[in-house]
Amino acid sequence: MSDGLHLKDVTIQFGGLKAVSGLSFEVPPGGIFGLIGPNGAGKTTVFNLITGVYRPTAGDITFNGISLPGHPPHRITPLGIARTFQNIRLFPSLSVFDNVRCAMGMHLRGGMGSVLLRGSAWREEEAMVDTEIMDLLEIFDLGSLRNEKAVSLPYGDQRRLEIVRALATRPKLLLLDEPAAGMNPTEKEVLMNLIRFIRDKFDISIMLVEHDMKVVMGICQHIAVLEYGIKIAEGTPKEIQCHPRVIEAYLGVCAD
Amino acid sequence: MKRYQAQILLLAALVISFVISRFSDQFDSYYLDIALTAGISIVLAVSLNLVNGHTGQFSLGHAGLMAVGAYGSAVVSLELRPGLAGIFGTGEFGQGMAFITALLTGGLLAAVFGWMIGVPSLRLRGDYLAIVTLGFNEIIRVILQNTKPGSVFGGALGLSGIPSQATIFWVFGAAAVCVYVVTSMVNSTWGRGFLAVRDDEVAASASGISTTRYKVTAFVVGAFFAGIGGGLYAHQKGAINPEGFNFLKSFDVVVIVILGGMGSTVGVIAAAIILTVLNEYLRDYEQYRMIIFSLLLIIMMLLRPQGLLPASLFEKKGRAA
Amino acid sequence: MVYGVLRFINFAHGDVFMLGAFSGVYLNKWLGPALAGLPWGVSLLIILVLSMAICAALGIVIEFLAYRPLRSRPRLNVLITAIGVSLLIEYSGQLIFGATQQPFPQLIPAENLTFTGGLAVTKTQVIVLVTVVALLIGLRFVVMKSRLGLAMRALSLNPTASALMGVNNSVVISFTFGLGSALAAAGGILYASLYPSVEPFMGILPGLKAFIAAVLGGIGNIPGAALGALIIGITETLVGGYSQAVGLPSGYKEGVAFVILILMLLFKPSGLLGKIEREKV
Repeated sequence: MSDGLHLKDVTIQFGGLKAVSGLSFEVPPGGIFGLIGPNGAGKTTVFNLITGVYRPTAGDITFNGISLPGHPPHRITPLGIARTFQNIRLFPSLSVFDNVRCAMGMHLRGGMGSVLLRGSAWREEEAMVDTEIMDLLEIFDLGSLRNEKAVSLPYGDQRRLEIVRALATRPKLLLLDEPAAGMNPTEKEVLMNLIRFIRDKFDISIMLVEHDMKVVMGICQHIAVLEYGIKIAEGTPKEIQCHPRVIEAYLGVCAD
Repeated sequence: MKRYQAQILLLAALVISFVISRFSDQFDSYYLDIALTAGISIVLAVSLNLVNGHTGQFSLGHAGLMAVGAYGSAVVSLELRPGLAGIFGTGEFGQGMAFITALLTGGLLAAVFGWMIGVPSLRLRGDYLAIVTLGFNEIIRVILQNTKPGSVFGGALGLSGIPSQATIFWVFGAAAVCVYVVTSMVNSTWGRGFLAVRDDEVAASASGISTTRYKVTAFVVGAFFAGIGGGLYAHQKGAINPEGFNFLKSFDVVVIVILGGMGSTVGVIAAAIILTVLNEYLRDYEQYRMIIFSLLLIIMMLLRPQGLLPASLFEKKGRAA
Repeated sequence: MVYGVLRFINFAHGDVFMLGAFSGVYLNKWLGPALAGLPWGVSLLIILVLSMAICAALGIVIEFLAYRPLRSRPRLNVLITAIGVSLLIEYSGQLIFGATQQPFPQLIPAENLTFTGGLAVTKTQVIVLVTVVALLIGLRFVVMKSRLGLAMRALSLNPTASALMGVNNSVVISFTFGLGSALAAAGGILYASLYPSVEPFMGILPGLKAFIAAVLGGIGNIPGAALGALIIGITETLVGGYSQAVGLPSGYKEGVAFVILILMLLFKPSGLLGKIEREKV
């Protein structure tokens, strides 16, 4: 098996409804991959399948050669896949700092025993965690807000914090679920730069589900289009823009 | 010094309670009893707070686990006394060792029960979990109640003649250990997982946190201290019966946790002391006591659901640089 | 039923049940002379309907004072408040009615009926059964056929959408509480007719068992709840009988309902006749 994320004939059925059917694509390391499609096409379901929230009825998903289906989400995350959610899911009662700190827990070697002993190894680990979190927060301009409650942040900061929390799990693949939702054109521009920056700075691949064509066309090297759980097209932004099925289903006009 | 702050505080608390315990003959036994009750309430409430407050898993079964600890330790004290005296001697030290053996037996038994109850029921959420834990509470009580009278568990009449070994030292020592364990657990990077599970389970597991493992850990540690609290209770009163561990007793502990503020250890300690004292004041008005408590509970929920001293008051500012 | 619509456990339900039984006692005391001339069936009906009305009013008041302000808060807060309300009613009841058991008046004449096949039942048992069936049919009719029933079902599926569709959620919730409380009161009176004594804490166990029955049957499903209640009742009796036969104390039957609940929630949380719900991520 080669590197990156591979979906092979993935199908999931809820009752009589096939939310995703026979879906195959791959996300090679280092790129930005876009998944688009109309509302209810099953994009978020694909994320839920990859991260272990749902288990596919058929087909296989592998990441760097490891088969994912059957593993719960908290086992998949340490393999190097992190995600954000469409409707932001932060830990509302915790501070900005602690939101990121929660995601650092999985890197610790010491468990409950070392916590109770509070020995030197434990202190060193806590110090390491502190530095790493603050570095991350500074990169995303959230350092000064570290003691604020997550819920009290403005919308844009919450989105960024969610990305920081995902990055704190040290992923190799970052899944972003509609990162541009609710943003104005300027904010979208900033976001696009941020996504490129993340890929370069952390040297990871990014897969995003998005509605906004401009964002997707602007940053993705490769795009797959879903309609009713079926992949109707795949290719570079240029190919997608002029693909007859896509125009019919979604775009309306070929913006050549 | 700052590096070992927490351990030093724990040690200081142990030493102080030991010293006060030496002079406990000087105190009026009535007030001494109230102090012991308050201390036991602290153990029970702080441990329940780990489950209900920090981890957000609303359990109504604390009294059942307390019963396990109380019966476990009482049986050790009553039945194994000669054997333990043979090992540790009959001096003050020997008696202390025998008592600690009894307490730990009770605590560990309760932890095992907590694990057996927790693993299946923690898959449920919210009010279902509350009812199921209440159900386990009642099952434990019913089983104890239906043991044969005169057997080691004493049936519906319960056990009596348990040595009154719960002194200020043991009670407040246990309270200090309990507070140390719970705060150390929660205030660490590893322990932020408990709070994450409370806030959002889906996001927690996406952050690599095994929600089941954290929930069960909280439940087992909570159960252990419920058992210790039960053991202390048995060795304070000298007599226990199954009816004393019905779900109304669980409600008592829940009331303390809610009044103090779910997730706030300081608040819960304060509430444990205030409610114990209030209880004593209202002793002469027994029939109004529970009416006042239940009204307090309702009014709190309507006006100040975060508790009297919510956790947010005590959050450390400016951690890390 | 209240749970099905509002998605929370009304701990105080069992206490309304207790109040229903007590209002039966007091109504009988006060109205006794006036009802003396009437046939027992009519006076039973009058007492039943009046108690149901009183408890319905009480249920609406409780909902208005304690639960309505919490509607937008987390469910846990509502649960805690419900526990508070339950304790409040119990201990207030203890203060007002006294802590001791009181005999429940004989509203139905004692009389044994023997059916072919040697099945002997008392008249009370028959009347209770008939009333229960009548109430269940009535309830199902209200929920399935009336406009308010439709609104209740809509609310239970999606509160926001039903509000947008012009359903006045507050009125519907109040109505649900009233209806649930009225039924609890009827249950209280019938229960007290079978086990003729009442005390302030009598509602706790039946209240919990009612919830267990609802879970067992699948929440929000009236035939399911009735089936669940039936299963619990039968199992308890059987366990009581068998454990005596093998020399165990019959006291274990108190725990049976909880064992059933726990097994149920672990293996088929949707209930016997319920549907599975899935959390949306």
